[in-house]
Amino acid sequence: MKKFLGFVRKEFHHIFRDRRTLLILFGMPVVQLLLFGYVIVNDLRNARIAVLDLASDQVSREITGKIISSGFFRLVTYLESERDIHEVLKQGQVREVIIFEKDFARKLQSDGRAAVQVIADASEPNTARMMVNYTQGILMSYTLERNRNLPQAAAIIPEVRMEYNPELKGVYMFVPGIIAMLLTLICTLLTSIAITREKELGTMEVLLVSPLRPVQIILGKVTPYLLLSLLNAMVILLMANLVFGVPVVGSVVLLLAMTMLYILTALSLGILISSLTGSQQVAMMISMVGLLLPTILLSGFIYPIENMPLWLQAICHVMPPKYFITIMKDIMLMGNGLMYFWKEAVVLLFMTAVFIILSVKKFKIRLS
Amino acid sequence: MTAPAEAVITVKDLVKKFGSFTANDHLSFEVYRGEIFGFLGANGAGKTTAIRILCGLSVPTSGYIRVAGFDAFTEAEKIKKHIGYMSQRFSLYEDLTVFENIRLFGGIYGISRKAIRERAEELLETLQMQAVRDTLIGRLPLGWRQKLAFSVAVFHRPGIVFLDEPTGGVDPITRKQFWEMIHASAADGITVFVTTHYMDEAEYCDRISIMAEGRIIALDTPAALKKQYHASSINEVFTRIARNA
Amino acid sequence: MEDISIQICGIGKSWGKVRALHDIRLEIGKGELFGLIGPDGAGKTTLIRILASLLLPGSGTASVEGYDVVKDYRKIRDITAYMPGRFSLYQDLTVAENLSFFATIFGTTLKENYHLIRDIYVQLEAFSNRPAGKLSGGMKQKLALCCALIHQPQVLLLDEPTTGVDAISRAEFWEMLRRLKTQGITILVSTAYMDEAALCDRIALIQEGSILKTDIPSAIPGDYPRRLYAISAKQMYRLLKDLQQMPAVFTAYLSGQHIHFSLNPDFPEPGLIAMLLEKSGHEGIQIREVVPGIEDSFIALMKGESV
Repeated sequence: MKKFLGFVRKEFHHIFRDRRTLLILFGMPVVQLLLFGYVIVNDLRNARIAVLDLASDQVSREITGKIISSGFFRLVTYLESERDIHEVLKQGQVREVIIFEKDFARKLQSDGRAAVQVIADASEPNTARMMVNYTQGILMSYTLERNRNLPQAAAIIPEVRMEYNPELKGVYMFVPGIIAMLLTLICTLLTSIAITREKELGTMEVLLVSPLRPVQIILGKVTPYLLLSLLNAMVILLMANLVFGVPVVGSVVLLLAMTMLYILTALSLGILISSLTGSQQVAMMISMVGLLLPTILLSGFIYPIENMPLWLQAICHVMPPKYFITIMKDIMLMGNGLMYFWKEAVVLLFMTAVFIILSVKKFKIRLS
Repeated sequence: MTAPAEAVITVKDLVKKFGSFTANDHLSFEVYRGEIFGFLGANGAGKTTAIRILCGLSVPTSGYIRVAGFDAFTEAEKIKKHIGYMSQRFSLYEDLTVFENIRLFGGIYGISRKAIRERAEELLETLQMQAVRDTLIGRLPLGWRQKLAFSVAVFHRPGIVFLDEPTGGVDPITRKQFWEMIHASAADGITVFVTTHYMDEAEYCDRISIMAEGRIIALDTPAALKKQYHASSINEVFTRIARNA
Repeated sequence: MEDISIQICGIGKSWGKVRALHDIRLEIGKGELFGLIGPDGAGKTTLIRILASLLLPGSGTASVEGYDVVKDYRKIRDITAYMPGRFSLYQDLTVAENLSFFATIFGTTLKENYHLIRDIYVQLEAFSNRPAGKLSGGMKQKLALCCALIHQPQVLLLDEPTTGVDAISRAEFWEMLRRLKTQGITILVSTAYMDEAALCDRIALIQEGSILKTDIPSAIPGDYPRRLYAISAKQMYRLLKDLQQMPAVFTAYLSGQHIHFSLNPDFPEPGLIAMLLEKSGHEGIQIREVVPGIEDSFIALMKGESV
């Protein structure tokens, strides 16, 4: 045990003295999150909308003014009739249409409630969700402001409809996606590099001729990365929640447990890669090309798997991140429990077992 | 060395500092045409720093340095064109064939295609390596590679060739043959500037300088140095100097 | 030799078609300082790695302190220390961190075994907080030796520990090995520097995977097949070329400030050579007979002569 702890301490020294590793470990999550966040915020600044004002009274005009002056939206056109709605959305002239019902101000006055219909183009789900959120926010603040001056509270009811992608597939996907990507990067890439680096520097020779057992070497290598990855996953979740308001609907404990499982999968894959190759460069190439790109492109993170050709879908199914992203989405966004994604969890467990068995078989107690 | 000596390397008060650390402390020496000049010193004495400056790879802090007639401060690029360089660490590309390596380095120094072909055949004949003309360098024995690397370093007929520990690890026969090649080049008028850890090789040089802690402690012919230090070998001279430093 | 520490029985090893080692047979006694002398590519590293249990032999068997290098590899890793040719400590760890790491993985501590390395470590102590990568070549080798010794090994396998190290540090390194020998440690050291052969108890000359000769260093030149002469003149390079052209000369090569040469059996007298050279315009010719060195013997052996 002492030998093992000594090894782990050495490994921490390596990590904290190597700027490259540190940058990937701690710079990457922040940059990625902000990058995705920035793209979204930036998009919203110019969101084109159309208004169909069937009421055309003082209140509807006030609200329209507020929406336009918020800076998030740009009014492209006033529509004449409901028939035009689909036309402008389809043509991509606007991304959102806001419809005030007839007699809007009067209903608000007399019934204490009136409806605003918000129809968003959800083919870009992230943007759609943001647009709708912002529209609702503006409506809310208008209502609050208005109610302050009135004895009787009134409510504006937003009725939201998503066109073209009503289930909002891909909304918030970027958070599970980023977590999957970063864990893959850190666990697989950094571990495989850390082991092959010892081979390249010739220090592996010295470790091999020491009484250290292969298991001790491997566990000593991965333990620091396991701890740091877990820390990282929590930081990402926290940031996603605080900065972008991404919720964790389901159980946080379950989420962390599943994250641990995926970390193990990625680590064992990293060890496998490193035992198959002798140079840092090759390990990096395999991790990047063979793993990171598929994680981004083939895990459903950016491109929906359903739209891919069949042969590509088949490849997607052997990508560990795909299963992890599904699990994360289930827990984070839908609040589902284990019974909904036990299959995916089993797949990950199975993959981990295969990777570990292969690595132990491939780990050489000698040189070449 | 009978003709009046013409200096091809002139170094006066060469100083190179890295921050507060002085790697080269007022070096002054001259190297003459056709001479084999041994540049010795313990690890960390400042040899590598000085060679880098003489090859135009690094700019000195101060001093007057002329190599092959060019100033080390202002004409580093011209220096590079007029010298040859070979080291144990990097010499030839292992994944290119013998001829491809020659063509590559010949081309780098701007030799015409025709001249490259002619000289290459000549060179291969001298080395008796015609049979391996199209063999990858990586497949050749180390000794052959070293000899070839030296030939490539002087392929563009530079006035001066710098050899940085050229014979590390090769067998004694190859080492002797290598030094024969060095002597042959020197007889052709090429100045050879060489570093080595083999003290017996130091004895092959016309003159040697010994550095310690950034300064040149001794500079003379091997025979004169042995006399001056009452030593029987250069190894003894070297040991005495480095121990006192 | 009563107590054998390392026994090598007909070890062979090939990489594809390349034969790295061929039928190596050696016995190294306990507490012996044994030198494996040969150029790069001779098979020194392969042999040492096989003894360190890092490589499997292609044929034959070998044992270290009675343990088989294949079967008992775990035991061998406990009792031997191996120092690879390339500097293989952690460059980003400090001197002290490297030492304590290697102590830990061998299940000991720096304190416990400090006496083993004291002599060497005192020279490093001033740099104990410096990253190993920033040490000079000689210092690195000393640190590597400390790390290798920290677990009190019975056998020390050193692969070219002095390559690329300056003459002073090399001399110091050999002094350390001599001192370690007095503690009863068996030391097998490989080197490409012929002049280091004299510092060993016994040496084996190795070339192209085969051992040319094994003996005590002082005995090896004694068997040199011819008389050897050293010659010098004013124009050394021309002298060498002229000598190599002469039919009477068997071999001629540079050796320090002189040229060593030997004659064909039909020409027993070097006086004639001097005369011929003088006629062809050489000045200041000096000839004397010399005692062959290890290098002279090695060259003769490499040329296939039985020495």
